[in-house]
Amino acid sequence: MFSGFKGGIHPPENKHISEDKPFSNLPVPQTCYIPLQQHIGAPARAVVQAGDMVTEGQLIGEAGGFVSANIHSPVPGKVSEIKEILTVNNKQLAVVIEAEGAFPTSAQPKQTDDWKTLSAEEILKRIRDAGIVGLGGAAFPTAVKLSPPPEKKIDTVIINGSECEPYLTVDDMLMQSFPGEILEGTQIIMKVLGVNRAIIGIENNKSKAIASLKKTLSRETGSRIEVRSLKTKYPQGAEKQLIFSLLKREVPSGALPMEVGVVVQNVGTIFAIREAVLYSKPLFERYITVSGSMINKPGNYKVRFGTKISDIVEECGGLKGEPAKIIIGGPMCGLSVHSMDIPVVKGTSGILFLSEDEVRTGDYSQCIRCGRCVAACPINLLPCDLGNAVGKNRYDLVEGLNPLDCIMCGSCSYSCPSKRPLSHFIKLAQAWVRKQKK
Amino acid sequence: MTENKEPKALFLSNAPHISTPDSVTKIMWLVVASLVPAAVFSIYTFGVRALILLLVSTVSAMAAEALFQLVMGKKITVKDGSAAITGLLIGMNVPPAAPVWMLVIGSFFGIIIVKQLFGGLGFNIFNPALAARAFMMASWPVHMTTGWHSFSGNIIGKGITNTSGLPQQAFDAVSQATPLGALKEGPKLLADMNIGAGQLHDLLFSPAMFKSLAIGNVGGVIGETSAVCLLAGGIFLLARRIITWHIPVSYIATVGILAFAYYALTGHASPCSAMVFHLLSGGLMLGAFFMATDMVTSPVSAKGMIVFGAGCGIITFVIRMWGGYPEGVSYSILLMNATVPLIDRFTKPAVFGK
Repeated sequence: MFSGFKGGIHPPENKHISEDKPFSNLPVPQTCYIPLQQHIGAPARAVVQAGDMVTEGQLIGEAGGFVSANIHSPVPGKVSEIKEILTVNNKQLAVVIEAEGAFPTSAQPKQTDDWKTLSAEEILKRIRDAGIVGLGGAAFPTAVKLSPPPEKKIDTVIINGSECEPYLTVDDMLMQSFPGEILEGTQIIMKVLGVNRAIIGIENNKSKAIASLKKTLSRETGSRIEVRSLKTKYPQGAEKQLIFSLLKREVPSGALPMEVGVVVQNVGTIFAIREAVLYSKPLFERYITVSGSMINKPGNYKVRFGTKISDIVEECGGLKGEPAKIIIGGPMCGLSVHSMDIPVVKGTSGILFLSEDEVRTGDYSQCIRCGRCVAACPINLLPCDLGNAVGKNRYDLVEGLNPLDCIMCGSCSYSCPSKRPLSHFIKLAQAWVRKQKK
Repeated sequence: MTENKEPKALFLSNAPHISTPDSVTKIMWLVVASLVPAAVFSIYTFGVRALILLLVSTVSAMAAEALFQLVMGKKITVKDGSAAITGLLIGMNVPPAAPVWMLVIGSFFGIIIVKQLFGGLGFNIFNPALAARAFMMASWPVHMTTGWHSFSGNIIGKGITNTSGLPQQAFDAVSQATPLGALKEGPKLLADMNIGAGQLHDLLFSPAMFKSLAIGNVGGVIGETSAVCLLAGGIFLLARRIITWHIPVSYIATVGILAFAYYALTGHASPCSAMVFHLLSGGLMLGAFFMATDMVTSPVSAKGMIVFGAGCGIITFVIRMWGGYPEGVSYSILLMNATVPLIDRFTKPAVFGK
């Protein structure tokens, strides 16, 4: 097999904790905390006020610009207040809703339209109205990603099912449980982009997902959609690395995938797109993985946005003890949080409760120049040199080391035997270079 | 709700939150472990004296590091094993008859002057063990170049016998040297007796000699004699991914190619045998797997490592054939150590997408 991109690492996968747990629904929380910014771009503007009654799926925040996304109420109920709360991205304005009343649409939604009869513009409008953003973690507004400028010819859609982050199994379970839905969603965005070729890239540690998608391909879809197995290697799911592994196309430094004629979408996003287009269902819930050695009932769950981590802990059987770290997302790219009051939002792919044995803590020592970070870097940077320059406050040296090309995959920090927080150092270098450029 | 169940102290940091199980300490002690087969073999062949020398050099190096850090008020890091490697390698780089005091001074020089004064682990420019060897060579050349065991058979069992038809007197003189010493000094010695170098080559480039070199049944510094034991340790390091193949392979291949080319071009009857002799003799295996691969003093990128290894190979062969010493491994690595910043600069990998 073509081994794909250069570098990368093989961290312990730890997917066994949750990979065989079928989806189950977590109960609707009594109080939902819905931040108005859950995406990259401008925050949404609240269109409700304290005291307003809302229905499930009602628009409560309107996209605050082109690169922005609508926000909908995950529950029927009453807006109790709009206030600043702690979220994964610091403090954000959030709509607080006390659940009450009936759930009209939570029964199986009826198919409203045959998407094949809809125009690309109409499909795109439904995606935008539903507030769909990339569910792989970055939360970039999907409608924007699906509207490349006309001069960029897109010839291939890549569906990212690689799920290279350790612990996370939600995309794996989605592909196993809903292969037909994912193939349908794939065809929908192929129509939007006007392309005839899609590749679903999946790491070869997810054989069940690969088999279930391959089995579901029909003669018609099989000629246009290819399910391809990829080597299990982190960060296989990073956009540029995935494109290179599948198509051997190298996205130029600083450019977007459309530069090489590609649009990449995560499988979770595809699933949400299909529901938005077929049922006009807004994005107010998603599937997440709850895992780590410190949670009693790890698994894959459907959760409404605004559900606090503490609610999830309670529903998942509580904690086994004091976790050393709580991480939103995966252990390689996720964010560690210090409060269980933080709510699940659109970009939350998982919540991990890790023990001290599972995480890196403690001090780092000096660089021994072993070169492991250089070998691991998928972008071919010299993380050790960047780290040493930042460590010595020699910011004058960092620009020549291309910190802005770093994709923040964390492979360098992972591989460092001196435990140096290299990607943290590179983040500092990036901030410095960006400030200089202003 | 569950607010009161909030954990008391959560760690916060930027991603990533997990880390390789490998650490500097683990790496260093695994390198020490990989040297054990060659060290144990040397004790078997050279006796208790070798054990004493290895212990003295290792303990001296660790003591030097601890003392220096204590005096300077720095954190004492001897437990990380890097000083132990330096000490062990210094012990493996002297003849079995070397005086104990020389090793103590050599170890202190390597650790304090070459390593700690440059800033300690990670900051030294030269491999401390090799710099210590060079220092001892310059200071006590007689102790460093005499007292070899004869390869004619008094180390373990039967060694090389005089099958190539050399007069006994000439054979005895030649076999007192190390095999590489015999190759360098032999022709002159034999010329005085009106004997050509051809017979010397027949003696050295013979299957019997290869067998002795592989097992370690020849004279040499304590740790360099057994190619098989060193290779076993090197393969262990490769398998455990402590080192990568780039430096040892490019180093050994360069010496092999140069040896073959030299003997083929000078019309030698069997350049292949000459090549095998060069690969198995001297400190090449010890240098290529355990000293050129010192992380601190070698390039960081794969391309840089290959250039570095090739440079070591070229200098080694040049010293062996035309230099003042029979052996060139330690000086070649030291010279290449000095070029590492340059190599790193010119082998910077091309950034993805640029």
